[in-house]
This record gives sequence, C-alpha cells and structure tokens, in this order.
Amino acid sequence: MDFQEALAAVFTFDNYAELLPLVRNSLLAGAVLGLLGGLIGVFVMMRDLAFAVHGIAELSFAGAAFALLVGANVVAGSLVGSVLAALVLGLMGIRARDRNSIIGVVMPFGLGLGILFLSLYEGRAANKFGLLTGQIVSVDDVQLGLLVGSAVVVIVVLAAIWRPLTFASADADLAEARGVPVRGLSILFMVLLGVAVALSIQVVGALLVLSLLITPAAAALKLTAAPGRVVVLSVAFACVSVVGGILLALGGRVPISPYVTTISFAIYLACRLIASRRVTGTAGRRTVSASARGSGVSPTPST
Amino acid sequence: MRGAPLSFAPTTDWKSPMASTNPGPAAPPKQAAVRPAVSLRGAGLSFGTRTLWQGLDVDIMPGEFLAVLGPNGSGKTSLLKVLLGLQALDEGTALLDGRPVARGSRALGYIPQQKSFPPETPLRARDLVGLGVDGHRWGVRWRTQGYTERVDALLEDVGARSYADTPVGLLSGGEQQRLRAAQALAADPAVLLCDEPLLSLDLHHQQAVSALINRQSHERNSAVVFVTHEINPVIDYVDRVLYLADGRFRVGAPSEVMTSEVLSDLYRSPVEVLESNGRIVVVGLPDATTHHHEVV
Repeated sequence: MDFQEALAAVFTFDNYAELLPLVRNSLLAGAVLGLLGGLIGVFVMMRDLAFAVHGIAELSFAGAAFALLVGANVVAGSLVGSVLAALVLGLMGIRARDRNSIIGVVMPFGLGLGILFLSLYEGRAANKFGLLTGQIVSVDDVQLGLLVGSAVVVIVVLAAIWRPLTFASADADLAEARGVPVRGLSILFMVLLGVAVALSIQVVGALLVLSLLITPAAAALKLTAAPGRVVVLSVAFACVSVVGGILLALGGRVPISPYVTTISFAIYLACRLIASRRVTGTAGRRTVSASARGSGVSPTPST
Repeated sequence: MRGAPLSFAPTTDWKSPMASTNPGPAAPPKQAAVRPAVSLRGAGLSFGTRTLWQGLDVDIMPGEFLAVLGPNGSGKTSLLKVLLGLQALDEGTALLDGRPVARGSRALGYIPQQKSFPPETPLRARDLVGLGVDGHRWGVRWRTQGYTERVDALLEDVGARSYADTPVGLLSGGEQQRLRAAQALAADPAVLLCDEPLLSLDLHHQQAVSALINRQSHERNSAVVFVTHEINPVIDYVDRVLYLADGRFRVGAPSEVMTSEVLSDLYRSPVEVLESNGRIVVVGLPDATTHHHEVV
C-alpha cells in the first residue's frame, strides 16, 4: 500500500450522501455519548480519577469479551464488568494512593481475562478488535436504545447530585462537615462513571476511552475555571470529537476511533496553546488585582 | 458583658474542672434558658496508651467564643474532629444542639486548617463561597439572583471582592483562607468550628477574619470553637479558654486560665505568663511540647 492508497483508506468521500443515512443511529449515539463524556469528564478531572477510568475500561473489556464468548449482549457484558470494577474501586479506595495501587493490581488482571475470553472466541475477528478500538458504526436500533437510554439515566442522576458532588469533589472535608453524604456520593459517582466508561467503549474501544472522558474536560479546564463554561466547553469538545470522528470515518476503511482521538487531541493542543498565550495576561490581571487590593480596605497582600 | 464569668477555684483535681459543673450565680441570663450549642460530658479520647484528654465537661452556649489552646499533640484538632463526627469518643458524650454528634450537620460551619487547591480546580473564588451557600442542596442551581447577592456580600465581608472571579487554584494561601471563612459563615451556622483559621494570614487579615468570626459569635449568636496556638489575635473576643496540655485541661475566662499558676500546674514545670498592652506572653514553655509563637 503506497501513501496514496493509505490516504484513500483514511479519507474517502465518494457516495457520501448515500452513506450518511446509514450512520444516522451512530451519529445519534455519538452525540449522546459526547454529552455524557463531556459532563462526567469534569468530575473525573476534579476527583483526579483519570487512572481509575483506564482501570475500569480494562475490566469493562473483560466483561464485553466474556459476553462475546458466551453469545450474550456485548453492551450488557461491558456494563457489568465496568460497574463491578467501579464499585470495587469506590468501596475500597477512598484515598487516592490506595486507589491507584488497587487499580494497578486490578487492571492487568482484567486485561488478561479479556484476552483469555477473546482467544477462546471463534467468531469474527473484527468483533474482537472492535472491543479494544471501537465499533459504533454497526449500532442497530436495539443497541441504540440501550446506549441512549443508559446515557440519559446517567445524565439525569448526575444532574440530581450536581451541587453536592461538586462540593464533595472540591473539598470533601468541608462538604462532610456540612452534612453532605460524601462517601455515598463517591460510590454513586463511581457507578455512574462505570456506566459511562462501558458506553464510551462502544464508540472508541477500551484502549481509547480516555480520549472521550478526560481529554475534552482537560482541554476545557485550560481555557476557564468558571464552572458553567467548563461544562459547556467540555461537552462541546466531546461532541465535536465523536460526531466529527464518525463523519470523517464514513468513507474510509479505518475504524472511527483514530478520528475521534485525533480530533480530541487537536482540540486539547489548541486549548493549551491559547492558555499559554494567555499566561502573561493572567499574571497581569493578578498583579492588577493585588495592587487594587493595596489601595482598598485591606492593604497588605497576604502570603 | 459577654462571657461566662466562672469563678476560679484553685483545685488539685484536674479531672473535674469547675467550668461547666458550676453554673454559678453570675452566669448570664441567656444561659439559664438556652440549650447549650455544644455539650461535652465526661468526654475522653486516647490514642493507644496516650490519653489526649479525659473527663472533659464543657458546655458552649450560643453566642459564646471559646478558644482552645495547648501545645501540638494536645488534642485540639481531635476535639474538633469529635464535634465534626469524624472521631468517636472513647468515653463520655458529645451533644451538638441537643443531639448526639453525627457525621456532619447543617448546623455546623467549619474553617479547616489551611490546605491549598490544585491549580486546575474548576472553581472561581465566588464559586467556592457559593458552595457554602447552597452546595449541600440537590440538583443544579437554577435561580441565581439571591444567590449572587449573597455570595457578593460574603466576598465583601472578607475583603475578597477584588479576586471574586479568579480561579481558586491561582490564589495565595491567605486568600484561599479568607474564602473558607466566607464559605463557613454562608450558612449562618449555629456552631462554628475553626481550626487555626488565622495561619498564613498577615496581620491585617488576621484582624479582619477574627473580627468577622467574633461578629458571627456575638451578633449572630453562633457558638464558636476556635482552635489556635496564639490567643493574642482573638484576645478581645474570647469569652472562655479551654487549655489542653499533657492529658489534662483547664476551662475558664482568659484571666483565670492564662496565669502563671495555672499554666505551670498544667505543664508541670514553671511557666510565666506576662501581660503587656493587653497581649499575653507565655515564657518558659517546655520546648518538647510546644511551638508557641510567644516563646521568648
């Protein structure tokens, strides 16, 4: 395959208009999962759970591989695997250090199980590969219902616990003092995260979940600290990545995940660039505010 | 007049202090009818073989400012943890507003020891204070008008208006600490627990924040438990002192507890308490057990 052929495999827009209706389901699922990933990513960043997302994804992969082996619903298998993993992490690892070592122990075990199930499976090789790298192009109506339904449930629950979860994520001690059920929220959030990971795996695969659950929120945080704007930007970035990835992948012969991860990464790079250009401006603003305080009621800048 | 003017009766039995067991004829009238905001009865706490304190009987009334003093490791912060419901007593009972302490309470405000936020925390100064206003409520915030006014007023109170929209991760320790004070006062708590709230504040802001806590106590009738290693910044506001040292304690008005006699007895070594210009200087504290700023 020379470069021309490789390029044609990656970017082809022949018969685009005819292909588009075929991926209507995928686009819809992609948009909903983008919304979910963008929302939950903000809390993943605040709670420093990036590594946990990766660990949950590997167990989700094991669940999905097992479902494939026994001929069960792959989405359901993936859900069971990741929710179980998320619960274990939520119950056992409250402190970040404990949590990271537990993830480090559990993750390779999950990946190993998944590989075992896949090597026992004798069906289509594309199915095996799809679990690791994503397979949303083949979403049928039943799967779409399950994906969108689960995503909507997660989003609704997340909205219901939004404020206390923000409080608990920003400062667990203070939230606890005020009577916020910090531990309960932490476990509930892990379950929501487990579901979100299982759903995202259907789009980008177990290995690339971080591009949907971390990168958009991380990019948004480069640009602003205002909570509302972080959420809007993070959701926008995630949706653009997924939907854009599906649209670009349509004509080519390559899975959609490289498109999704590349768009998501490009957005992150752009945000970093904008943020670094702004650094001088931010420093200036802080100095101005310090001198403004100097002339105010409280003259001495604090330590 | 404020405070609980408890008579000072020299006693060798440190396990049964006179403070709360002696209502006394001079007790302010509000104490007679009002239920204590915090009530400790025979409270004791040990870690392994080391007893932090035991037999602690203290009632803290609404509107009372109690300073908790003592060397490092004397159990000051542990006392707050008991009231926060994060640490169980080994003996005795702790009541908060008439009920046994639970893990957290809407009646509590808490200013923790200084701890900084990671740089990319997605909160501005105003959002952090806002968590104190309605962060415990379920759902997403829809109506913002009253909320914004409340947050602005709280920011004004602690002199934080100029950095209201700055990300908390970019603020200095002192700036963050003022926001925590504003956050704790947001809910108008019945009991305000402060753990070294003045650390990392410069003198001006020490005065501003302690005046604010004083107002919460004496004007808005909150019971304040103020853990500190340095009484002078709040000396004008303190009604009573709880001095913890070496497994024992003493409760009473500052003039009764902060004396050479009482502290020498608590520390079991000669300690001299000097007063100059309304400031209290403690000289000769045992090195191993203390990091008092006043040590000369």
